[in-house]
Amino acid sequence: MTLPETSVATRRNRRRASSALASVLRFAVTVVTTVFGLLLVTFFIGRVVPIDPVLAIVGDRAPAHVVERVRLELGLHLPLYEQFYIYVKQALSGDFGTSVLTTNPVLEDIKRVFPATIELATIGTLLGAFIGVPLGVLAAVKRGSIADQVVRVIGLIGYSVPIFWLGLLSLVLFYAQLRWAAYPGRVDIVYEYSFTPVTNFYLLDAAMQGQWDVVWDLFRHIALPGSLLGYFSLAYISRMTRSFMLNELSQEYIVAARAKGLSEARIIWFHALRNAAVPLVTVIALSYANLLEGSVLTETIFSWPGLGLYITNSLQNADMNAVLGGTLIIGSVFVGINIFSDLLYRTLDPRTRNR
Amino acid sequence: MSIAEPETRPYSREWLLSDRPTSRRQARLGRAYIVWRRFAENRLALVGLAILILLLVVAAFADVLAPHNPVQGDLRNARLLPPGTAGYLLGTDDQGRDILSRLIYGSRLTLLVVVLVAVIAAPIGLIVGTVSGYAGGWIDAVLMRITDIFLAFPKLVLALALVAALGPGIENAILAIAVTSWPPYARIARAETLTFRHSEFIAAVKLMGASPFRIVLRHVMPLCVSSLIVRVTLDMAGIILIAAGLGFLGLGAQPPLPEWGAMIASGRRFILDQWWVAAMPGFAILIVSLGFNLLGDGLRDALDPKEAGQ
Repeated sequence: MTLPETSVATRRNRRRASSALASVLRFAVTVVTTVFGLLLVTFFIGRVVPIDPVLAIVGDRAPAHVVERVRLELGLHLPLYEQFYIYVKQALSGDFGTSVLTTNPVLEDIKRVFPATIELATIGTLLGAFIGVPLGVLAAVKRGSIADQVVRVIGLIGYSVPIFWLGLLSLVLFYAQLRWAAYPGRVDIVYEYSFTPVTNFYLLDAAMQGQWDVVWDLFRHIALPGSLLGYFSLAYISRMTRSFMLNELSQEYIVAARAKGLSEARIIWFHALRNAAVPLVTVIALSYANLLEGSVLTETIFSWPGLGLYITNSLQNADMNAVLGGTLIIGSVFVGINIFSDLLYRTLDPRTRNR
Repeated sequence: MSIAEPETRPYSREWLLSDRPTSRRQARLGRAYIVWRRFAENRLALVGLAILILLLVVAAFADVLAPHNPVQGDLRNARLLPPGTAGYLLGTDDQGRDILSRLIYGSRLTLLVVVLVAVIAAPIGLIVGTVSGYAGGWIDAVLMRITDIFLAFPKLVLALALVAALGPGIENAILAIAVTSWPPYARIARAETLTFRHSEFIAAVKLMGASPFRIVLRHVMPLCVSSLIVRVTLDMAGIILIAAGLGFLGLGAQPPLPEWGAMIASGRRFILDQWWVAAMPGFAILIVSLGFNLLGDGLRDALDPKEAGQ
């Protein structure tokens, strides 16, 4: 059966338009249901899992009238679905309750501490990408060689080592023994008052204000936790780069490029890597999201005043509002990064368009 | 006219590798033998297997192997002794307990966590994934949305929040890790199910009047198991690390249990002077999770030659 060319074309266009609309709709449904699900899970953890949420907040020594008041404040006398409705309404308007530990609204706390985590995760991802991608390319090009084995072992150890333990050991070596790194924390106490952060991204702030001694001090603080997270992201990125590159290098266009007489370097870095770069962008975005998680334990070790330390401190003090607020924020950022990398993938790879 | 198969001695190499197995058992054993040969070619995978066998042996014979009591130490004479002291190969901690003995007993806890998480999470993932893939339609949509929601949380953070609500303790830690571990298994089982959902053998079983329940249970699930095993093995290292992280934060096994992560936490105070208290358990965690990673890699390459070397 053959159809006239024009009819095929119009049909294809119509199908494309409707499929674009459908994918936008599907996308919207995904985002809404996922956010709804995140809220449902944190609500469940905060209200349903604990035997007595009031007890979790006021402790077991609170007098009866306080317990009663908190019960009413939390709305625990209402049916669950009504509680959930109120919870969603409050969360969507940015009200995650008040932190017992800091007595601030949780959202305010998170706004204060989150830049520190982003700073750390960004440094880690940059290190991981700039070292991990070349290593992965090297391993793929020299497949089976010593270099490949070394990259593989570096990656495997990165997958297998407890991050908090490596952090402790690195503190012993680089802070206590060699004195290269600074004491755990984000900035030296000397600069605590002479330096006023604006955006809470300290490195950026200090550089913009031209306080280079502060920048140096900040660098000495971020070097250890940053390279630690960098190592973890390197392990992941180099492994994925190797796999993508092996895939590209076995394609026919590589043979064609070789037959054309292009130099090996040009084939690797311009032809193969460019094609491998598309899935790599997704991997790097995912590794960024993973570092937000890895920062929880790293920040605890290095007293890094970010979201991870905030969550673990709140945990230790049974501050559930803060824990769940932090969990929700990390979950949302996680979802956001996933969606972003998905969209990026679609824009970068023409083959996935109109699908 | 049939060609007579030359007689081979049962269980010999030729018998196993025969491409005309005469019984179902021969075929199965033959397949397993081929997978094993592919697996055994990979030296690192064998190292991983050796590490895990060692872990099993140590956990099983902890009573015999441990030179000291893991919980009660010699507070008067043996506090914070360095590694290599007579009788205390890896040194002692602040309560005079032999670190080696604690590590040996701690292997039981590690094994417990890993096994229980696998036993809880893998079947949940398998059921959700196969039902979702086989049923399709709105059941599929709903189940996969739920899976995606759980995938949206980073594992450690969700486990932290769950343990915070449940209360610290090793049972709750296991439960929390299991709750956060099943979604990838569901994804894999579903993807696997979709590949043969419309194949002829399913249609044949259906024609014979098998109920959907029976099809999923007897015909779909068994085919998903091998890829699931690979994924679970690869996940084990991550599970151990999360359990250790929870233990380190004081949310997992409680003192005086010799859980490796908690041991690192208790050694943290002396890290600058008595480094071994925190360092030794970390090595144990590193070795065991490395073993699982090597084994998982090897299994994946052996069971799925398509992806070998990638």
